Amino acid sequence: MNWIIDLVGKDLMWLVAGLVGVIAMIVINTVILTWVERKVSGHMQRRIGPKEVGPYGLIQAIADSLKLLGKDIITPGHVERPLYFLAPIVIIIPVLVSFVVIPFSSFLQVKDIDVGILVIFAFSSLTVLSLLLAGWGSNNKYSLIGAMRSVAQNIAYEIPLLLTLLPVILMCNSLSLRDIVEAQKDVWFVLYHPIPFLIYFIAGVAETNRTPFDLAEAESELVAGFHTEYSGMRFALFFMAEYTNIFIVSAIAAIFFLGGYQGPILPGIVWFFIKTYFLVFVIVWFRWTFPRVRFDQLLNFSWKILIPVSFLWLLICGGLLKIL
Amino acid sequence: MMLPAEIIKGAASLIMGMGVTLKAFFMPVVTTQYPRETLELPERFRGHIKLIGDPDVPDRTKCIVCMACIRACPSGTIKKIEGEKKEGEKKKTCTEYMLDFTTCSQCGICVEVCPVDALDFSHDYNIAVHTRAECTFDLVKEYEKRK
Ligand code: SF4
Ligand code: SF4
Repeated sequence: MNWIIDLVGKDLMWLVAGLVGVIAMIVINTVILTWVERKVSGHMQRRIGPKEVGPYGLIQAIADSLKLLGKDIITPGHVERPLYFLAPIVIIIPVLVSFVVIPFSSFLQVKDIDVGILVIFAFSSLTVLSLLLAGWGSNNKYSLIGAMRSVAQNIAYEIPLLLTLLPVILMCNSLSLRDIVEAQKDVWFVLYHPIPFLIYFIAGVAETNRTPFDLAEAESELVAGFHTEYSGMRFALFFMAEYTNIFIVSAIAAIFFLGGYQGPILPGIVWFFIKTYFLVFVIVWFRWTFPRVRFDQLLNFSWKILIPVSFLWLLICGGLLKIL
Repeated sequence: MMLPAEIIKGAASLIMGMGVTLKAFFMPVVTTQYPRETLELPERFRGHIKLIGDPDVPDRTKCIVCMACIRACPSGTIKKIEGEKKEGEKKKTCTEYMLDFTTCSQCGICVEVCPVDALDFSHDYNIAVHTRAECTFDLVKEYEKRK
């Protein structure tokens, strides 16, 4: 074993091991979330949800994924082939990269990068590209409309997403996710910045295309939006990306505002997952409570309310930090 | 431009909505686990019609083969009623009562028209068949089975 480490260096070994871990994590998270979503939706509608396959239907999600794996991968004849094939691959890259910099606990982190949050946001813009590729490449009206909507929405909501994180970054003087968590040893930042937290969370829900902002794949109008023409594993990749994005958005919220892995008694990683999955639960909860918004309402909400408010908060926060 | 008061009111209503779903989340589920559990149906439930047994002679149904129901049925649902006169009995005994349930509208005219109250609605909702023909069944046989 030692000679491999000598040959490729400790860093690379750690990175490869991390990448394998990250991929496993993505798959497991998707499996868990499909189950959670079905169970939560079931109970919110006062039915049980899956229960036949395995105890509490736990194996249902695995059965679902096996079914998806076994499905025929159909390529419609009229698509723009390179774009069509590229889209599902492009969508999974930012997801992989984001996981690398997330600190799961004080020692469990693939790589602590000085500009961690920047990496996540830089790569997350690839998601928009992928949606556009999928929509355009599918050569289908509904896919294209879904993709266009998604792009407009993502651009509108990426701004408050960043603006609300800036006050926290200003306070910590660091872009490294670990530094930000360490800075919250005593007080969680949600106490200093309750409104940015709220805005971040709303924008995050919109970024992940979840109800009530799921206009990109509004089933009743657009069939399934940008991924209408995808089947089998290609569809599964979009699906995985969506669920992993939910996890990442919640994880960043937990890291920036809820103290990440900080917490008494329990080990850090447990706290991290409790906070993250609580926020995931809230996102699922939103889905079964709120009806879908109209597209102009969606854009107005971001441009007219979320962005000005987060700007104002940033200004005040910056001024206060200067004075104090 | 939205007023702050409006925003607060809107947010409050959203939170109220979330309260509703959260409450539902913790309320007991109301699903019936169908193949394993079946519902206790209310008296007024109208399944397909059934023949009622004669309380004095448990072997036979109350039907006296008067044909009133077959004539009254607006949908031609009752296909055939056969009967025979048994030794030592004043009334005819029904031996075959074919019902084509695919056309029944559950109007209840047959039940009302029967002079001896031999018909009633059953509480059977488990009719699952592959062909329409299987929905035509003999109520006398049904009665024998139930007995
Ligand atoms: S309920 Fe109405 S339709 Fe059905 S068998 Fe009786 S009379 Fe005919
Ligand atoms: S009306 Fe009543 S008694 Fe007459 S044939 Fe019909 S079921 Fe029998």
